[in-house]
Amino acid sequence: MAYIVKPVFITSKMVSRIKKFFIQIGELSYFAGRFFKETFTLPFEFKELLRQCYHMGNRSLVLVVMTNFIIGLVLTLQSRPTMIQFGAVSMMPNMVGISIVREIGPVITALICAGRIASGIGAELGSMRVTEQIDAMEVSGTNPFKYLVVTRILATTLMIPLLVIFGDLIALYGSALVENLKGQVSFQLYFNTVFDALSFGDLVPATIKSFFFGFVIGLVGCYKGYYCKKGTAGVGVAANTAVVTASLLLFVVDFIAVFVSDIFYEL
Amino acid sequence: MPLIASKNLMEPKNDKGRKVVIRIEDLRKSFGSNQVLNGFNMVLYKGENLVVMGKSGSGKSVMIKCLVGLMTPDSGYIEVMGREIGALDRQNLDELRSDIGFLFQGSALYDSMTVRENLEFPMRRHKEKLGVVQDTTPLVIEALENVGLGHTMDLMPSELSGGMKRRVALARTLILKPKIILYDEPTSGLDPITAKEIIELMRSIQKKYNTSSLIITHDVDCARVISERMILLVDGINYADGTFSELSSSSDPKVEAFFKK
Repeated sequence: MAYIVKPVFITSKMVSRIKKFFIQIGELSYFAGRFFKETFTLPFEFKELLRQCYHMGNRSLVLVVMTNFIIGLVLTLQSRPTMIQFGAVSMMPNMVGISIVREIGPVITALICAGRIASGIGAELGSMRVTEQIDAMEVSGTNPFKYLVVTRILATTLMIPLLVIFGDLIALYGSALVENLKGQVSFQLYFNTVFDALSFGDLVPATIKSFFFGFVIGLVGCYKGYYCKKGTAGVGVAANTAVVTASLLLFVVDFIAVFVSDIFYEL
Repeated sequence: MPLIASKNLMEPKNDKGRKVVIRIEDLRKSFGSNQVLNGFNMVLYKGENLVVMGKSGSGKSVMIKCLVGLMTPDSGYIEVMGREIGALDRQNLDELRSDIGFLFQGSALYDSMTVRENLEFPMRRHKEKLGVVQDTTPLVIEALENVGLGHTMDLMPSELSGGMKRRVALARTLILKPKIILYDEPTSGLDPITAKEIIELMRSIQKKYNTSSLIITHDVDCARVISERMILLVDGINYADGTFSELSSSSDPKVEAFFKK
């Protein structure tokens, strides 16, 4: 007996998924466009922006410090034997410094913040949506998009680069600690070597891409939360999809950033 | 006799000459294939307490949200205090909204703010209406005392009971001294005693501030106590219109269904 394959069904399902994907891209782009429009129109919500900056920066600090410190330790411990094998242990600070500043620091910090901040924003705005708090804000004459969305996206865009820089320093400190304990390298020598190895070409693209990371985290978190549907169950979905989408987009942005900076290196 | 599927709804008997504060004509709204409002008509007169009753999912909340511009209708005409909602830009809509109080079904207090901050929030954008206010504390205290909760100013919404939340939400609604108050299911989720207290509060507020009230509910007890006039929303239209006693004594099966215990 021959099996009847239904290619039409499979195709229509796939088409609908692709269609849904592009609709989401379109909605997210519209959301981003509205963000830029509302950012430059009066009134500005400075007080709320500062509050969000404090919340996002301060509350993520411990997590960023811990993860980056461990990353610095682990990276040095893992690469040390290989570097010794090649007789290049003196290049350890250069290797760790460049890899942390260019790639590992920004990506790890952004991923940690995507988990911590994007899910938080998604859940917060989502619950505000389903309990009609956003509607109440609208009725009271306050533009909820400006008050809730613009301030949060700006806060993440400003705070993530600061957290990245701080996280980089902590990761380097972790690495220096290992070198100090295992290789008797002083902290001063370690950091002198690291800063000698680094150039503006390493720092500037990494810092610029951190701003984009922050923007993506805020944008996705706000988008998922602001358009949360289906009651309280939707809040969980909003928080979850905010983390997944933001994390995926971070890698896409990272790839584009590396690709673009590579073009500049070649020039 | 109730006016079943009234053609004369725009000018009900004995109400000629009263000022219309809300006028809705032929309001239609659908969600996909689900036609929720299918030509709804309504007028609310100044100082009147009008109750709109309907089953869950009959479009009551959709209608009230269209009224304040939270939802855009597919078609129809909505006029509030002489201004067409659909024709207003954001600034004018916000200005008009300061004259409309809205009590949400679940109170909708801002979780991250104290009771005081909840009450101060609507004042941020309507300073010109309130005049020069250096200190908002007296206004907040007055609004909270109106609902009997003067002592809750520094509490968070999570520390309040359901009834207290509803009262604080009512105080927040009153802080801008609105001319019209829209109540979306004001007694839903409350025990009968608290519900009765909220209804009494609504009546006292209506007397004190001489507001016009549009009350959306499916609570017959609430409707009996507070309504001067009622509209039954069935199948997306204003199916019947009249006083509580007129409608409750109707022999129309669809109307009877609302009042059966």
